[in-house]
Amino acid sequence: MSARFVTLKVLGALTTLAFVVVFNFFLFRVVESDPVANLFRGRNLTVQQKEQLRQQFGLDGSKLEQFGRYVGQTVQLNFGRSYTSNEPVMSEIASRAWPTIALVGISTLLSAVFGILIGIVAAWKRGSPTDYASTGFTMATYSMPDFWLGMLLLVTMAVSLDLFPVGGISDPSASGGSISHVLDQAHHMFLPALTLTVAYLGEYAIVMRSALLDTMREDYLTLARAKGLRDVVVRNRHAVPNAILPVVTLIAINFGFVLSGAIAVETIYSWPGLGLLTYDALRGPDLPLLQGLFIVFSAAVIFFNLVADLLYAYLDPRVRTA
Amino acid sequence: MSTLETGVSGRRIAWERRRRALSQSWSEYRHSTPGMIGLVALVLIVAMALAAPLLAAESELRAVNAIDNPTWATPGEFPPLGTDNLGRSVWAQFVWGARISLLVGLAATLIAIVIGSTVGIVSGFFGRWFGAVLMRITEWFLVIPFLPLAIVLAAVLGPSVWNIILVIGVTSWPSTARVIRAQVLSVKERLYVERSRSLGASNRHLMSQHVFPNVSPLILANLTLTVPVAILSETTLSFLGLGDPTRASWGKMLDEAFSAGALSRNAWWYYLPPGLGIMVVVLAFVLIGQALEEILDPRLKEGRS
Repeated sequence: MSARFVTLKVLGALTTLAFVVVFNFFLFRVVESDPVANLFRGRNLTVQQKEQLRQQFGLDGSKLEQFGRYVGQTVQLNFGRSYTSNEPVMSEIASRAWPTIALVGISTLLSAVFGILIGIVAAWKRGSPTDYASTGFTMATYSMPDFWLGMLLLVTMAVSLDLFPVGGISDPSASGGSISHVLDQAHHMFLPALTLTVAYLGEYAIVMRSALLDTMREDYLTLARAKGLRDVVVRNRHAVPNAILPVVTLIAINFGFVLSGAIAVETIYSWPGLGLLTYDALRGPDLPLLQGLFIVFSAAVIFFNLVADLLYAYLDPRVRTA
Repeated sequence: MSTLETGVSGRRIAWERRRRALSQSWSEYRHSTPGMIGLVALVLIVAMALAAPLLAAESELRAVNAIDNPTWATPGEFPPLGTDNLGRSVWAQFVWGARISLLVGLAATLIAIVIGSTVGIVSGFFGRWFGAVLMRITEWFLVIPFLPLAIVLAAVLGPSVWNIILVIGVTSWPSTARVIRAQVLSVKERLYVERSRSLGASNRHLMSQHVFPNVSPLILANLTLTVPVAILSETTLSFLGLGDPTRASWGKMLDEAFSAGALSRNAWWYYLPPGLGIMVVVLAFVLIGQALEEILDPRLKEGRS
């Protein structure tokens, strides 16, 4: 991979991030003539209080002054203080990031692995009952709201069968060493992770299936068969490695959706991550916290798109010259 | 005089051809079983939404009018679908909620398709820097995570049905724009467009008479694929409390069922109907969209055998 290609991609990602930062500024200050009046509609505020709030949110002075101050603060990752907890937004976000990283990471991994496996089986046995069953399953999971799936799993597995806790990240009454602590957290994470995995594996299965079906028409597979290779070898060594490329990019593109899905699913299971934090920030509404979350979510998605672009170029030499 | 006549009849021939193509597509569509299942399901749901005033009185939606009803009544005790924590009829909420969910899904899709098609056609037609800039903006919207963006937009604009429509509309157009642009890029290189241009046709004429008719089937297919996304988005935004607080929608029903503790008392008549309704509508649109895609994309037809 040439240094020029990498530099271009990194610069592109940084431009996109800069867009987000500028957009965020305009969204909250220019679209709304008076965000303070709008956010606190229905509450009686004195002129003094309003002035104080404007100052607190950096809404005083000319637009240009505001913009300069805003950019300076954003570069230092300073998004102001949360309105509800009065903690710096960034430390609030940092303290809630790990549960989401764990949940989204594990769900992304599992949904990609199982989705790819289902897609391979469905394509290779095209038209078989397995193919129809997996297509039906993926269609069904695609059409439900992800949090509704979470509600169904919560009712059946946690409320009725009592196999898993209904929410939270750990049992406060639990005692014991660090191993039992980790097991307890895994026990709590099972249902939210299952929800996100099932909700998003369908797309991987569909893309993997159609990519493999395209590959199966290629001449080199006929050649491989003509050489007398076993079916499994033809599939695993010749067909799948070529068909799996589009799925690699899909993982990164989907990352944004899984992150979004996590907002509602974390709420269902009161999993104390960034999703639940977003939900709580909305109830306020906690403007600085929402802004910070928006930038952090966007930055994460932009970063993973960049990784996907670079990975794709590394895996597929044809892209590098383009 | 004669040139004028040929001009008019040429247009008539074109329309005649389009009408024939349409009726042929329809007869092909009728042979697609999944497509017909989707269409029938959709017609039934739309009929239910339109007939809402006949199926349940709107006054049943207000808690004030439900004081005499039992709370958390099962469907057996309070047919057809029981009541919620305030004694309101779940059936009334379901029927009236269908209206809002469909309205938001369709109206938001309309906005997204208009923006997406315009950006796609314009950026594909005018290559060079203008198209490049438009594409850069499109890619930016593609990368931004949809839900966080919709959440901040909805939070700033305030909760109302029209704001939700606007928010979903202005955040769901980029994929349409990309697909349309790709098609426009290939159409504008075709010989008859070249011919028309060399005869002195204006850009406006080329876009409206040649490019648009060629991409319009693709726009239709994209429309059916955008509606399910828009309806699912409405559900999520309403669930997060960003929907219109004064009107029932399927997403709001799920939000209220969850907040009222329908899960822990297993009041299935409250949380199952809205979810199933969403599933049926989304599936219907997906089936219709796939059937249309198969008819419009000859490559898929070959592979079907």
